[in-house]
Amino acid sequence: MKKLEIIIRPSKLEEVKQRLSDIGIHGLNYSEVYGFGRQHGHTEVYRGKTYEVDCLPKIRIDVVIHDEALDKVLDALSVARTGHIGDGKIFIYDVLDAIRIRTGERGPAAL
Amino acid sequence: MNPADTAFIMLCAALVMLMTPALALFYGGLVRSRNVLSTCMHSYAALGLISVLWAVFGYSLAFSGDIAGLIGNLDHVFLLGVGGAADGPVSNLPHSVFMIFQCMFAGLTVALISGAYAERIRFSAMLLFSALWMVFAYCPMAHWVWGGGWMAQLGAVDFAGGAVVHMASAAAALACAHAVGPRAGLGKTPMIPNNLPMTLFGGGLLWFGWFGFNAGSALAANALAGHALVTTHLATAGGMLGWMLVERIRTGKATTLGAVSGALAGLVSITPAAGFVNFMPALFIGFAGGFICYGGVLLKNRLGYDDALDVVGIHGVGGTWGALATGLFAAASVNGVDGLFNGNPYQLWAQFVSVIGTWIFVYIVSRVLLKITDVVLGLRVSPDAELQGLDISLHSERGYTM
Repeated sequence: MKKLEIIIRPSKLEEVKQRLSDIGIHGLNYSEVYGFGRQHGHTEVYRGKTYEVDCLPKIRIDVVIHDEALDKVLDALSVARTGHIGDGKIFIYDVLDAIRIRTGERGPAAL
Repeated sequence: MNPADTAFIMLCAALVMLMTPALALFYGGLVRSRNVLSTCMHSYAALGLISVLWAVFGYSLAFSGDIAGLIGNLDHVFLLGVGGAADGPVSNLPHSVFMIFQCMFAGLTVALISGAYAERIRFSAMLLFSALWMVFAYCPMAHWVWGGGWMAQLGAVDFAGGAVVHMASAAAALACAHAVGPRAGLGKTPMIPNNLPMTLFGGGLLWFGWFGFNAGSALAANALAGHALVTTHLATAGGMLGWMLVERIRTGKATTLGAVSGALAGLVSITPAAGFVNFMPALFIGFAGGFICYGGVLLKNRLGYDDALDVVGIHGVGGTWGALATGLFAAASVNGVDGLFNGNPYQLWAQFVSVIGTWIFVYIVSRVLLKITDVVLGLRVSPDAELQGLDISLHSERGYTM
């Protein structure tokens, strides 16, 4: 099993969810996060005073998949690409085990 | 007693009351999320506290009789003799209706100050200072301008409270910013408004309530009240455009906070002039007010005081501009007083004296009262409490639980 930690633009969340659903990924979690990479931030102006905001809002999706689904999932995630700085990153981890709490099933069957 | 006037002023009193909750929204949206409730609380608590004190002795000190042109007497403490008879300062309204209309002004004025000390003052200190300030600053000012005191005798005019409400609250705000000191981390960490939609809605409600504030200051349902309503609306619209324009020029974009700040600048600027100037001068006063107050809010960065929500920049600078503009543009055809441009230079002098008198008197009194409050209670929360936010540390609540 592989765990993917996917950081994307907030505006890409719906498309990514749709594509993952289309290829049979039936569960994921996402959260709003703030951070910076090469994109850095932007400026905001309040009553004439300018602030440099270095951390931007992003969406982080966590999903655990079967090993053989990896290429298909990565291919689907290309929908998050705009070609501009700030598209985000994908981190891939090996997963030791998984448990479905309701039934006690373990391993890939629990996904 | 005039029933139409009575109905109108009762409605205006309700409109002015709404301005304090509106101010809670306006200020509450501008602070960081950990202080949203404590900032709203400053306005609400001021309304409650000042209303009680007003009934007990504040009204009497401001509007009952006269002692040496400085303060009223104690004939109407506990509202003794304030009833349904039209025997108050005006003969067309029940005394009680006049009293409650003025009560709303006192509550709002004290609430306005809170923009300066938001995000760091102790709640008990805020209450004590507010109570003292009503007695030693607001009541004398209201007496001087509207109760027949020395500013009225001098001939200075202030239609709806440019001096009593806006300059006075701003002079107190400046004193608070000096005495309480800057917020921890100012200039190092960004202090970004937590909820601008709330501020925008609060600003809109202020605009609405201000019709009661300015038109109601005619104290009758008459042509002068209608005139003040029109000047108020035109100046506010002008102020909004003025601020948006200067922002567009300086930073390239008009902002929503700028638009609502400009509207407020227009409202403040027209307040002393609303029943004394014609429509086009009113529009100009508001438009220029948007420009001038934009400069006013930048002043704090230059002068180094932390007036957190720009009470000085908007109410102080706008109120001062409005008072002087009244001396420039007043027309006898509106309300019997001519300004400089209508051949009466003395009026500008009288306005100038009232401006200087207000700033100096209120600033000094406020510093003394803040010193007393600091000795008795301590003005400021601990650094830990400030970091945690006043909502949790002073009120054990959070504004947002998502």
